[in-house]
Amino acid sequence: MREVYGLLHHGSGFGFINSFADSFKTPSHCAARTLLSLIIIIIRHGNSKTLAKMGKTLLFRASILLFLLPFLCNSFSPENPTDRRILVLLDDLAIRSSHSIFFNSLKSRGFDLDFKLAEDPKLSLKRYGQYLYDGLILFSPSIKRFGGSLDLASVLEFVDSGHDLIIGADSSASDLIRDIATECGVDFDEASGILYDAAAVVIDHTSYAVSEAEGDHTLIASDDFIQSDVILGEKKIAAPVLFRGIGHSLNAANSLVLKVLSASPSAYSANLKTKLSSPPSLTGSAISLVSVVQARNNARVLLSGSLDLFSNRLFRSAVQKAGTSIKYEKSGNEQFVTELSKWIFHERGHLKAVNVKHHKAGETAEPAMYRINDDLEYSVEIYEWSGTSWKPYVADDVQVQFYMMSPYVLKTLSNDQKGQYYTSFRVPDVYGVFQFKVEYQRLGYTSLSLSKQIPVRPFRHNEYERFITAAYPYYGASFSSMAGFFVFTIIYLYNK
Amino acid sequence: MGGKHESANGLKAPISTPTPPAHVSLRPDFFPNLKSLKLKTKQQELLLRVTTLCLVYLLAFIIRLFSVLRYESMIHEFDPYFNYRTTLFLTRHGFYEFWNWFDSESWYPLGRIIGGTLYPGLMVTAAFLYWVLRFLRFAVNIKDVCVLTAPFFASNTTLVAYFFGKEIWDSGCRHRRGRPHRHLPWVHLAVGRRVAVNTGSLAWALGSAFGYFYMVSAWGGYVFIINLVPLYVLVLLITGRYSMRLYVAYCTMYVLGMLLAMQIRFVGFQHVQSGEHMAAMGVFFLMQVFYFLDWVKHLLSDTKLFQDFLRITVTCAVSVGGLALGVGMASGFISPWTGRFYSLLDPTYAKDHIPIIASVSEHQPTAWSSFMFDYHILLFLFPAGLYFCFKRLSDATIFIVMYGLTSLYFAGVMVRLILVATPAVCLISAIAVSATVKNLTTLVRTKSKVIHTGSSKGTASAKTSAKASLDQSLPFQRNGAIALLVGAFYLLSRYATHCTWVTSEAYSSPSIVLAARGAHGGRVIFDDYREAYFWLRQNTPPDAKVMSWWDYGYQITAMGNRTVIVDNNTWNNTHIATVGRAMSSYEDEAYEIMHSLDVDYVLVVFGGVTGYSSDDINKFLWMVRIGGGVFPVIKEPDYLVNGEFRVDKGAAPKMLNCLMYKLCYYRFGELTTEYGKPPGYDRARGVEIGNKDVKLEYLEEAFTTSNWIVRIYKVKPPSNRW
Repeated sequence: MREVYGLLHHGSGFGFINSFADSFKTPSHCAARTLLSLIIIIIRHGNSKTLAKMGKTLLFRASILLFLLPFLCNSFSPENPTDRRILVLLDDLAIRSSHSIFFNSLKSRGFDLDFKLAEDPKLSLKRYGQYLYDGLILFSPSIKRFGGSLDLASVLEFVDSGHDLIIGADSSASDLIRDIATECGVDFDEASGILYDAAAVVIDHTSYAVSEAEGDHTLIASDDFIQSDVILGEKKIAAPVLFRGIGHSLNAANSLVLKVLSASPSAYSANLKTKLSSPPSLTGSAISLVSVVQARNNARVLLSGSLDLFSNRLFRSAVQKAGTSIKYEKSGNEQFVTELSKWIFHERGHLKAVNVKHHKAGETAEPAMYRINDDLEYSVEIYEWSGTSWKPYVADDVQVQFYMMSPYVLKTLSNDQKGQYYTSFRVPDVYGVFQFKVEYQRLGYTSLSLSKQIPVRPFRHNEYERFITAAYPYYGASFSSMAGFFVFTIIYLYNK
Repeated sequence: MGGKHESANGLKAPISTPTPPAHVSLRPDFFPNLKSLKLKTKQQELLLRVTTLCLVYLLAFIIRLFSVLRYESMIHEFDPYFNYRTTLFLTRHGFYEFWNWFDSESWYPLGRIIGGTLYPGLMVTAAFLYWVLRFLRFAVNIKDVCVLTAPFFASNTTLVAYFFGKEIWDSGCRHRRGRPHRHLPWVHLAVGRRVAVNTGSLAWALGSAFGYFYMVSAWGGYVFIINLVPLYVLVLLITGRYSMRLYVAYCTMYVLGMLLAMQIRFVGFQHVQSGEHMAAMGVFFLMQVFYFLDWVKHLLSDTKLFQDFLRITVTCAVSVGGLALGVGMASGFISPWTGRFYSLLDPTYAKDHIPIIASVSEHQPTAWSSFMFDYHILLFLFPAGLYFCFKRLSDATIFIVMYGLTSLYFAGVMVRLILVATPAVCLISAIAVSATVKNLTTLVRTKSKVIHTGSSKGTASAKTSAKASLDQSLPFQRNGAIALLVGAFYLLSRYATHCTWVTSEAYSSPSIVLAARGAHGGRVIFDDYREAYFWLRQNTPPDAKVMSWWDYGYQITAMGNRTVIVDNNTWNNTHIATVGRAMSSYEDEAYEIMHSLDVDYVLVVFGGVTGYSSDDINKFLWMVRIGGGVFPVIKEPDYLVNGEFRVDKGAAPKMLNCLMYKLCYYRFGELTTEYGKPPGYDRARGVEIGNKDVKLEYLEEAFTTSNWIVRIYKVKPPSNRW
């Protein structure tokens, strides 16, 4: 990919193409755009004889590019983990303007948003086996059935092939949206399942947002965030986040789902229109307002019970949490949502490990097999994606295991602040098929799970010590009896 | 299990080539030109001997080729694939690499030190033959060398047996039988030691020590020899047949044989440390005591004094020996007997304590019918031979009698040990036939006044002729003798036919390729094993780990070239039990076990479609037993209904939902196997299965062979979002 990119840069000779290309950050997009511009150039200068030859070469190169295009369009490349093309599905195109701050912040960060109605009959996530998008935003809570080829299975498959998903639901959340959430380990509350148009919403009579008119305490001001700089950014979110919508609970069987924004202990989930005859099933801190899932393939999913959370109105509104006197000019929503979307779309918290190396101490070549009690050195380079480039990842808790059914060696890797992690240890006195395992799972970061198989053999027959000190009496015995036998033979034969 | 070339069902019937002695008169026109040449009787005899031997040699070779000719030149059984694979490695990488080979492809993740856990004799022999042939510019394939080594050695065995028989019975014994049973030429080489005892020569003892070394290097069954020989020596001592010859032969053989055997890494210090070898050592020390006493007796003239001395010495020796043994056992220096050895002495031991030994079909007690089947007339001739042996008791016959009786006992305990008994049974029967026929021919000849040839000589024949002349008064004696001779000839020829038939029908069907008769009588070949292994080889990642029951381990590594969890070298019972546990657990529990073992594929053998009965469902109870032996969570009664093993609707619920059941019967409920039967009719068990709607959650079907005999499943990665 880089090569083709370079080829265009240097081979074309058109300066402005370079600058044009530079305005795009990712090679894949740049390549596509450049191709277009090339064709335009060729058409424009088609009559010019002097440029005809040049045009031919360009056409040739363009055709190579065309050929390579499917490969370039791979999303989620290891080179550049941040998503680029995002499909936004809406119930109503009005959301585009009512939530424009959020969308504009995405656009300004370089995302390519494709707005479509959820019922659009031409909807499709992939074509010719290639995904057209890197991310999907479902702002269509009430959709019963997607248009086109999109359905529950294809959305889940999209996630399972490493793409990201944001779901904004509200009290009108349809079965389809709920099913997607359930598959991701989150159960939206449906306390009154009979009336879909008026599902249970989160109500909190102590930490609601103080406002002029409303009195039903469904606009919740929550500041119970997950404690993770990686997910929510380093800057602390000072103002509470406004939330209006349905709550959800996490499926206890799912170990990958995380509560990002939880309700206060006094919250509960109930239907406003019906009389509460029995205690609500979902109460207190069990209610999660916003959750994220990082799947095993590092696809990230954001599930919010409130679509309004992303709206301009709540972004801009001032907030005062009930029971407190501090009134913030602006709610924490914008910061919260922006930071969270950066995490979701892999602008932050993405690690990669490269150059896993191991060799015997004092050597450089990687052996096919170790011997017991060998001294070895292990190193790996870990980098973190900063949104634009790979920066060395610095941590002091990366560990390597030398593993055969259970870890025989567990060592913390030391690092040189430049991304290189290394350690050395002695192979245990046990033979078998071992693995170098790095299982690095930290909150917010993509999980690193490296394993490299390496057999460990016992000593060869000629690698044992030839003479053991403890055995000297035996050597003495055998040699003396040999000598004795010899002397005896001489005497016996010649001394008659 | 290590050092066999072809085994599994590994029995080979003894084959005899009946060549009645003194048959010059019986077949006069057979060698007309010889007659015209007027060869001397001695020369005739020699010629006959050589011709017969050559024929026997050929027959022994040819009879082993049934499976090769009917199917193809390939290794047909389960275990020999290991020998094949290691021989291949040996020829490719040389002896030192072989000796130090650490195999990371079997027993994952423990690995196996091949060089230290095998009896290298067979592989080295095959590789040596290969190298010799290559050196002679024969472009042979190592596979063919491996296949043909067995027949070659079978032929050699007959030769050894002939000379052995000749040694035991005087040179008048001319009745030899080719005995191409499977892989026991080694026994004979070791048995060659007897020669040493007879002659008392140091050189022969040395030779027998080397023979013993070769046997140790080839097969774990050497333990039989190392216990038989001391037993024999002990019997000689007790019966007062102690002699200097015995002393020289045994001591040389024991010391040198032990030192040589210790060079085999797998045997190592067992000779001085394991309980099985203690008898040999005890007898060795006993010999020294005997010799010492002999010497003292020689020095002391006073009998009374000697008696006292004897008493003191014997008491001291016995108590010191007992003390040493006790201390050694208690301190753990001398390891106790292994389970396999125990189960030989007490046939019920393995069944109660070590399911993994009891589970092997070769280790089952032998049925009477199989004795009949394999031995045919030998079964009747054997006691007769014993009678003749006792009648002419000598050191040599004592040996053959002891060898025969002990090995016959062991053959009764374990099917596979019929192999060990076969040579002895053949020899003793041969003695019986030889003696009988000689007596009869003597009768025939005395009447017809045929001049005695030099063929019958020695005290024995002198005795028999004397006896014959005593009985001369009986009427119709000559006719009776002729009739009996004809009868014996008939029996022997029937026997030869029977043996050939047995070899061709029962012991030449390979287990890797299955043959059956189709509906129209045509032969149908099920080549599913190789189909599956080939699939594994072509379609799975090179480092994929395959879990299967241990029977198929060697084949998967040799033919599929993939890593296995357990294989036929059952050295680690816990590991096998883990696999057994996985197979008998519910799918989710099994998934965790498989995950901890990094299993990528699971292979099961299923005979429900073809009616192939030695499949994994029929082996399943052994998996449960072996698994339950280590992990008590697996309980055999959970899989049985009223003590009965069933797979139909009445089966135990755990049985219907365990991993093995699910893997075998996945999608089987949709299949109609036999006309007029409901879908899901298991032809191997003859029932309609109980759980037709098998759903797999953690595994997915990867490959099923054309006749469903081998089914391979892929273990799914953990769920992405959970």
